[in-house]
Parts: sequence; C-alpha cells; structure tokens
Amino acid sequence: MAKRAAPEVNAGSMADIAFLLLIFFLVTTTIETDSGLNRKLPPIEETEPPVIKQKNIFTVLLNGKDELLVEEELMEIKDLRQAAIDFLDNGGDGSCDYCKGKKDPESSDNPNKAIISLKNERETSYKAYIAVQNELVAAYNILRDRRAQELYGKSFAEMEANYDDVNWPGNKKKLKEQIEQIKLEYPQKLSEVQ
Amino acid sequence: MSKFKKKKSGALPAISTASLPDIVFMLLFFFMVATVMRQNTLKIQNNLPYADQVEKLDKKDLVMYIYAGKPSANYKQYGSEARIQLNDDFASVSDIASFIAEERASKREELIPFLTTALKVDSDANMGLIGDIKYELRKVNALKINYTTKKGSVDQNQ
Repeated sequence: MAKRAAPEVNAGSMADIAFLLLIFFLVTTTIETDSGLNRKLPPIEETEPPVIKQKNIFTVLLNGKDELLVEEELMEIKDLRQAAIDFLDNGGDGSCDYCKGKKDPESSDNPNKAIISLKNERETSYKAYIAVQNELVAAYNILRDRRAQELYGKSFAEMEANYDDVNWPGNKKKLKEQIEQIKLEYPQKLSEVQ
Repeated sequence: MSKFKKKKSGALPAISTASLPDIVFMLLFFFMVATVMRQNTLKIQNNLPYADQVEKLDKKDLVMYIYAGKPSANYKQYGSEARIQLNDDFASVSDIASFIAEERASKREELIPFLTTALKVDSDANMGLIGDIKYELRKVNALKINYTTKKGSVDQNQ
C-alpha cells in the first residue's frame, strides 16, 4: 500500500477569525486620556496667613460670566500669559539678578515673593477655569525654560523628561539639583481663594 | 521542446491571499496591546476641556478617578445639574471622603503618599462643584490632584 501524505488543513478561514477578533478590539478600544494639569492643594490651616504686600500679589478673578478680571481690569485670555510673565519677572527691588522685567517698583519685588492669586465664583465654567490655569502654568513654564536655557543650555521640560527617563545616561543626582535650583528661582506660587 | 510550453495558459494567475491573515493579525496585535479596558462605566457626559501645558500621569495604579458632569442621555431622571460619579455610580460630595479612604486602604501603605486624584470633569460643569470636591479632598489630605484635559490649544474651549 502506498504511503499517503496527510491532507493539508485549509487555512482560508483564518483571516475571517482574525478579522472577527480585530473588529472586537477595534470596537472596545478607548484611547484614554491620561494627561492633565498637575496641581497641589493647600492643606487646611488654622493659622492666619502672613501679611503680603499688595504689589506682590497678582489678582486674577474669573467671574460667573467667565469674564477675566486681572488686577481690577478686564482682560482677554490670550493676554493673560504675557501679563503673568511681566509680573513674575519684574524684579522690582533689584534683588533678582536673573530677571529681565521692567523693574517697575509698583509691581512684584522678586519671583520668589510674587504670588498669583486666582479667584473664581461658583458659576464660573470649568473650561474657562482650566484655560486660566493653563495660561498661568504656561507663564511659569516659559520663565523656567528660559532660565534653564541660560544655565544649562536645555529646556526645563527636557530636563524633567530626562530625569524621569530610566535610560538617560547622565548624572541624575546633579540633574535633580539643577531642577531644584530652577524651581527655587521661579517657585510656582499660585494661590486659590476659596 | 514541448516540455517547457506545458503550463502556458491565457488567464491571469489569482493573487495569493495567503499573507492576508498575517496582515490582519498584525493589526489585531496592535489593537490588543493598545486597548485599555474602561474601568468605570460613565453615567455622565465627559467632554474634557483642552489645555496645552499638560503633564503625563504615569503609574496608573496610583491614580484615583473622580468624574463629574451632567447625567448623560440615559440617566435624565437624575436631573440636568452636574453630578459627581465615583466608581460606577452617582455620588454626593460627602461620599468623597469614604471613597478616598477606600482607595487608600486598597493600596500598599508606602504608596499612599504618591496617590494622585484625577478630576475628569466635563467642560460645562461649574466651579462650585469643583470647589466642593477640592474642599473635601483637602479635608482628607489628598492634596495631589490632576485636572485631566485633552491636549490642545485653550482656544478650543470656547
């Protein structure tokens, strides 16, 4: 009797099975957003807040109709970023040797004294609030980036990305110190009035 | 010479589809890897606002999600005011403290200081609700928060 080869299994329907699975995963996939603005809430304190000079406070008020009032003046959201940079970078008392602001004695003394005070009302919409938060965070980021470029020749965001990257070959301890240094020079002092 | 002319025929040969499964499998694996199964079924509208100064939330297991927004079309009976959703159900502001305590209890003790609360809030919600949530979070000392946003210019918020 002749030896017969085993008949080949028909693989034509393999594609159909794979398509079925593919469509299932296509339908169930939700590319989830996992990024956003990180903020830190202040702890509840019983003590009285320290007295701060009025010129060191940059008041931003967002009212119930989503109108923006900066230092008692109406402002468009697109101008807020520059206004915040001008305020933070002012260096009014001359103690800040890396500031490039106008050194206006009527505005903030030093970036580490300058406080941005954000107030909103209950009726304010969330999207307007996020837009304002975003612009204020952007102001800090721009100043930090500029300072990082001056000192270390790379942007602040790049330094932080390097710090988080496990494969980065450089000296992490030193990088951490550099990041802390910049954070010290432009501290994020964003207070929210309740 | 007729030996070499045997196979010649007029019709075009059919294109082989043998590699089709390979291509489909490639796509399949991509989607299998990229898929994140939704943890919670949303009962609210959740159209996140846009921002461009975003930071990525890493370590997914250290994130607690609080959703807020108007009840979606299927849950109209809950009214049209923005509501909070914790896990799979509507909740009130006073439930946040116990929710945080529950989440903390489920994590290892040394990880608790690194827990972040992600606020996934609909762009049309008002700040009164957010203010209440934030006050509750401060009361239970969960101070690290993240306003989850889509990546884009703030102009798109209007």
